[in-house]
Formats: sequence, C-alpha cells, structure tokens
Amino acid sequence: MATFMAAFMIAGLVVCGITLGAFAASTARADAYTDAIAGLASPGFAEKAAAIEALGRLGDSRAIPVLEAMADNQLYTRKADGRLVTGSGGRDITLTDAATGEALGPATSRDLTRINANNAIRTAVGAAVGRLQIGDPDPAKRLAAAETMVRSESPDTVPLLRDALAREQVEDVRAALTLTLAKLSLSSADPGERLTAIKDLSSRLTPEVRALVTPLTLTKPDGTFAEPDPQIRAAATELLGRIDTRLMLTELALNLFQGISLGSVLLLAAIGLAITFGVMGVINMAHGEMIMLGAYTTVVVQQAFREYIPAEFFGLYLIISIPAAFLVAGAVGVAMERGIIRFLYGRPLETLLATWGISLMLQQLVRAIFGAPNKEVSNPGWMTGAVEAMPGMVLTYNRIAIIVFAIMVLAGLAALLRYTPFGLQMRAVTQNRSMASAMGIRTGWVDAMTFGLGSGIAGVAGVALSQVGNVSPNLGQGYIVDSFMVVVFGGVGSLWGVLAGAMTLGIFNKFLEPYAGAMLGKILILVFIILFIQKRPRGLFALKGRAAEA
Amino acid sequence: MLLMSRLASLESRRGWQVFLILLVLTIVLVPVLNLTLPPESPFHVPTYMLSLLGKYLCFALLALSLDLIWGYAGALSLGHGAFFALGGYCMGMYLMRQIGTRGVYGNPDLPDFMVFLNWTELPWYWWGFDQFWFAALMVMAVPALLAYVLGWLAFRSRITGVYFSIITQAMVFALMLAFFRNEMGFGGNNGLTDFKEILGFNIQAQGTRIGLYVASAVVLALGYLISRFIVTSKLGRVLMAIRDAESRVRFLGYSVTNAKLFVFTVSAILAGIAGALYVPQVGIINPSEMSPGNSIEIAVWVAVGGRGTLFGAIIGAFTVNGAKSFFTGAAPEFWLFFLGALFIVCTLFLPQGIVGFAAQMRARIARKATPAPEEVGNAASKHRA
Repeated sequence: MATFMAAFMIAGLVVCGITLGAFAASTARADAYTDAIAGLASPGFAEKAAAIEALGRLGDSRAIPVLEAMADNQLYTRKADGRLVTGSGGRDITLTDAATGEALGPATSRDLTRINANNAIRTAVGAAVGRLQIGDPDPAKRLAAAETMVRSESPDTVPLLRDALAREQVEDVRAALTLTLAKLSLSSADPGERLTAIKDLSSRLTPEVRALVTPLTLTKPDGTFAEPDPQIRAAATELLGRIDTRLMLTELALNLFQGISLGSVLLLAAIGLAITFGVMGVINMAHGEMIMLGAYTTVVVQQAFREYIPAEFFGLYLIISIPAAFLVAGAVGVAMERGIIRFLYGRPLETLLATWGISLMLQQLVRAIFGAPNKEVSNPGWMTGAVEAMPGMVLTYNRIAIIVFAIMVLAGLAALLRYTPFGLQMRAVTQNRSMASAMGIRTGWVDAMTFGLGSGIAGVAGVALSQVGNVSPNLGQGYIVDSFMVVVFGGVGSLWGVLAGAMTLGIFNKFLEPYAGAMLGKILILVFIILFIQKRPRGLFALKGRAAEA
Repeated sequence: MLLMSRLASLESRRGWQVFLILLVLTIVLVPVLNLTLPPESPFHVPTYMLSLLGKYLCFALLALSLDLIWGYAGALSLGHGAFFALGGYCMGMYLMRQIGTRGVYGNPDLPDFMVFLNWTELPWYWWGFDQFWFAALMVMAVPALLAYVLGWLAFRSRITGVYFSIITQAMVFALMLAFFRNEMGFGGNNGLTDFKEILGFNIQAQGTRIGLYVASAVVLALGYLISRFIVTSKLGRVLMAIRDAESRVRFLGYSVTNAKLFVFTVSAILAGIAGALYVPQVGIINPSEMSPGNSIEIAVWVAVGGRGTLFGAIIGAFTVNGAKSFFTGAAPEFWLFFLGALFIVCTLFLPQGIVGFAAQMRARIARKATPAPEEVGNAASKHRA
C-alpha cells in the first residue's frame, strides 16, 4: 500500500513537475519577449541591436509594430513610471504599452523620453521585421520581408529563408526569396553552399541574377579569380550564358512587339491612303490633315464628355470619338473631292499640289481655332496600365489596343470592299470606269463616297494616334511621308500590301533603331525603299486596274 | 560665228530687248539707287531691300532649275530643296572655315560646333573647303552627284510621274533627318552660321551685299541663257516630247533615261548654285531648308508663274515670295491660307500660270470676233504631267 502510495505520489510529483516545468517554460518565453522589448531601451546602440535581433529570432509578430515605431523614432520611455511605450501622432501622442500592447491614453512629448535610433539600428530593425514578416499571411508583406532580409547578418537567416521558401506558394515571393537566399549564400565561405546557391538560381534568368552572378566570373586586379573554386566559376559562367540568351530573346520579343506596335500605327495612318491613293489614284497630300482632324475631334469629344457627361462614363468618350471622327474627316473628304479633286482627275501632279494647298489651309484653320500648342488627350481608364507578358517584357494596354484596333479597321474595310454593294461598285469603277458607268453605276457618286471613306478612315486613325502621341496642328505632317512609303512599298491598291508594308517597315525600324539610332534608322529605311522600288516598281503586292496605269 | 548666231537664236529680237533691259535694271539701277540717293528719297532702295531682292534672285534661279525638269521633262521633283541646301551647305562650309580664330572658341581649324562636340580634328569631308575654288566646285559637284545617282536609279527603272515625286520627297526628307544629326558634322539643328567674310570681304558690309546681289543677278541671267540653250536645242525638243508622250519617244529610239538624267543633273547644279548664293546673303543654312514643305513650295512658284516657260518660273518666284514677305509682315496668320489657296487656284484655274493666262488674254483680245480654239499651251496642260 505504502509502495502504491509512494508510486502515486511520485507520479503526482512527476505530473506536477511537468506541469510546473511547462509553466516555467512559458513564463520564460514571455519573459524573453519582455526582456528583449525592455532591451530596446538600453543606453548603448550595440545592446539595442542585440535586443532587436533577439526579437527577430523570437518570432513573435507582436514585436513588429514596436520595432517599426522604433525605426520611426516613436518609441519612448514614460518619465512617470519608466514604462516603455510606443506613441503615434504629432503633438498629442497616443500611447501604447510596448510589451503588452495595452492602450495607455494620450500624452505630450514633455511626459516622454525618446529612444534614439541610428541607421545601424534601422537596418537591424529592417532585418528583424523581415524575419518576423516572412510568415505573414499577406504576400506583399512577405515580398517586402524577403527583400529586407538581405541585410540581415544573423547566421540562421539562411535556414529561415529556406524554410520560408519551402512553404511559399506565391511565385513573386518565391522569386524574391530565392534571390535573397542566393545573395546570402553566395557570400558564404563554404564552397558547397555557394554552388547550391548558383544551382538554386538556375531557373531564374533575370537581369538581377545576372548582376549577382557576374562578379563570380571576374578577375581581381591582381589577376586571381574573384571566385577561387573552378567548379563554381564554371557553373556561374554557364548560368550567365543562359541568362544572356534569355535576355536576348526577351529583347527580341520586345523589339518585335514594339515593331508591330509601330507597324500598326503606320497601318492605321496608311489604310485611308490605300483607298484614296491606292484605289482611286489620287495623291492626297492632305491625308495627314485628315488624321489630324480625327485627333482634334477626339479632343472636342473628350472636352464635351468632361463638361456634360457624368465622370463615370468618361471612359466611353473614345468609343464615341471613333464614329465622330469618321464623320468629320469623311465629310471634309467628300467636300474636297466634290469641290476640287474631281476637276483634277488624270492630272496627278496638279492633284498633289492642290491637296498640298488644302493641307496648308486645314493646318492653319485648326491652328486658328485651337491654337498652336499641343492639346492633351487623356487615355481612358481601361487603356492605362500594362501587362507583363514575360519577365522584363512589359506591354502597355494602349499599344495593345492600337494593334487590335488597326487589325479591326483593316478587316472591316476588307469586308466592306468584298461583301457590300458599295464595295462592289467601288471595285467596278476602279477596274473599268466607262464600263461601270455603262452598267448604271453613278461613278461620280462612287468617287465621292470612296474618297470620303478613305478620309474617314484617316480620321479614325487620328483617334487612335491621339492616344499615343501629341495632338498638334502638325500631327499629320509626321505621318504623310511614312504613309506614302507604306503604300508604295506594299503595293498600290492592295490592302494586304498595306498590312505587309506597314508591319515590315515597323519591325524593320524597331530592329534598326538600337544599332543605328532613331533618325539613321529612318534614313536607312527610306534608302531601302528607294532601292526596293528599283526591283519592284509597283510594290510588294501589285494590282492591275486604273491605278496600275497611272 | 556659229556660236554667236546660236546665241542670238535663243530669244526673239523682242525677247533679247526685254532680257537686256531687265538685266540692266537689276544690275545697274538698283545698286545705283541704293548707293547714290539719300535715304529719305522716295526712290532710294534700302540695303535690306537690296538683300531681299538678292534672295528673290536666288529663289528665281531655284525655280528656273525646277522648271527645267518639271516644265520641260515632265518630272516633278519634290526634292529640289535638297540640291539647294547642299549647295548652300558647301558654301556655308567655306564660310565657316573663313571664320578662323574669330569663333567663340578661337580654334583656327575647327568650327565652333565641332569644338563644342569635343571633336579634335576636322572630318575628311571638310578638307579643302578653306579654298574658295574647291568650295565653288563642290557647290556644283555635290548636288550633281546626288541628282545623278538618284536620277539614274529612278529613270532607269522608269519611275515616272507621282512616284518620282514621292521618291524625291523621301530623299529630301531623309537628308533633312540626316543633317539634323549632330554626328553628321554639319552643325546639326543650328546649321552653319555666324559667317564673317567671303573672299576677304566683310560679309556684313554694304559693298559685299551689293556684290552678292549683282552676282546673283548675273548668275540668274546666265542660268536663264543656259536653260534657254538647252530647251531650244534638239535635246530640248526630245525633252518636251518625253513630257508629252514618254513611251512613244522611247519607241522612236531615243534614250529617255539619258535625256532626263542630263537635264535633272543640270537642274540640280543650278539649284546648288542658287543655294550657294543664298547662304552668304541670309547668313545661315540649316536643315530646315530641306523640309519637304519647302520643296513643294518651289513647285508652286513655278506653277504660279507658268511652267514650261522659263521666265514664267522667274516671275512666279518673285510674285509668290513678294506675297510671302508682304503677308509675314502684315498678317502672318493669313499667309498659309493664302499660300494654300494659291496652290488650289493655280491648279484649278491657271494651269499655265500667270504667263499662260496673259497669253490667253492676248489671244482672246486678238481674235475677239471668233471663239478661241484650243490653245497649244492648253492642250499640253491637259496631258498628264
């Protein structure tokens, strides 16, 4: 019995002891936290830094606001009782107990002594907060944490990061974690760890990694390699090679996109000309001014929306601008055709001079109405912003919108020519005017409508171009030579020729630009076209008909 | 003797009289009125007016050169501003070298803008431009070479009409962009300016200005006679035939390419000389002279005066530029309206320009009774230019 009792008592004691021990451990942890918090008020900076690091290692997220307050010079001791408090606000400070988080009500700066922080302290705070936040549920905070932890000097950062990386799901944070981890491991003295770091980086082919790895392959001024281990050097070189390939591909893709983007701008500017010049054979030097009129119509519509339409519909102004610009430029085009150009058919050089005169007058007219300075056109909300298609390849929405829009306009026009009665009549008049007339087609009316169509499309191009450039009375001048080049290069009278011409010239231009500079690139293209016309005087896609004989 | 009679045949008797009277008026009367009369006299020609007239004379030579290729060979060059400006740049380079140590940086060899760009030595294409004879040669050779190469490329592949116009326009546009680049070594945006002296004479002095004015007048007269010589020769007949029916001339066995190439090159040389005389009178040459708009404006001078008549080009250059000077002084905002309207009115209502209109009026008065039949000039204008 006694033995039983003894055994029971021992067991009870043991249980008691375990419970006691657990209790003691928990208080010890609480104490470690309070101690570390109290350590923040130490007089010396070294002791403060030690306390900060201890807080970081404890992994208690309650420390984050305290540490941030310290970095912001908002950690105080209250003079009355020596309590460590954080405060917020300028003159009337609201106090919170640093250790417990208990609200302590307002105070003034006279009641408090500030705990000073210097930059070394702030760095230590950053690292500690990073450690604490690496497990934060908010990915943005984890990302920031991964980046600040590069500065952490404590030896257990690396395992901590590894651990975090293993748990991490969000790709951006993973990338940042890998990069930080590699940065820390690469400076490690252990060659094995450096090699692992490079291996870890092998799937991240970004410019940052390139900057990180490049020093490993360089030589020091005394001729020795910065990285003593040849195996690591080889791995680094191999990684650099792959990064360079990837960067080159990215650049290629970016150039291609920019080329297509420029090509679609050229395409928009030239489609209208493909009708007036290509189909009708009219050299319309005022074509650029039709684009300019379209852009100014956009300005007017935008202004009207600002004044009369509730702000939430403002983004729609661009949609309204498209038919408005088509009508304005188209009407001016019809007036031009009926008033002047129809008297000059068959005399292309006179047409050229007369339309040049019209272009001067339209420019001056717009200058008189709207003034010479550039007009501002704001992109609607749904067109601002960008998408990152590949690392390092950012595509802005307005560029994408213009590409899509250009293709839509081209397709719409092709359908109009192919499937509508008007398109049929237009093609008939182009191919054989007198026969078309004998068949009862009002050729004069078709001429006017065709010219109006070409001008209207130029106006629509102006809406698009107002989104990527300045709107000024000289807007059209910048496009006129380019548009003619596109049409002549692509083949007069062929819509596919215009598409091919615009895209070729756009892409060609963008690929030349990095090597030759913007201006020289343009010059080379002009020279290229002059030489090209030697071989194919009628362009890439030649067409038979009235235009081909001109 | 043969040459004399050929010379005499350039113009009719009446034509020679008018030519000589006008020559004497411009060369003698204007400078005399400038030098001898006191400024308050109503007949006094102020020096700025003299310089302005000198400028017009250069423009007239430029218009003449365009008329030679457009009015007679039917090829409208929209790139004549390039030849004009190249001639001007050659002269400008000579004038830059004459500045010597008087520039802001005082470098004896390098023009200021090169010192500014930290260049250490003169680029090879500036060599020789300190000699007037070399510069004068280049004034003709550079535009001629460009015209020859471009013309050879264009005419050989039978690029005619509007396509030729667009190609020449692209050429002048490309050149303008090229000259805007600082690395080209022609002063970039600012061009060449701040000239001090020409052939040892102070470029600002009244005497030099009169000299340049007289030189421009004499060169214009010579240019007119040379052009007259070309268009009254057998080659001139071939050219006009090319203008009116190119394929037929080709099938008759004439070398259309060579004829056009020759006249295009001569035309470019005349334009280059016009530019070379223009630059010392205005004191600056920059790439904006090569803007496509300027080159098209030359075509309107010719169209206003009447293309296919050499003196029409001269009349046109004086009329349009006179109007430009008037408008830019009196109502600058209306100048472009006026110029634009001029383009339209000329092409719609005056296809033969002032000269053609005058001839028509004369003919109408002469045969008041009967309705005038189709004029020869009219028929030519109906043809696709």
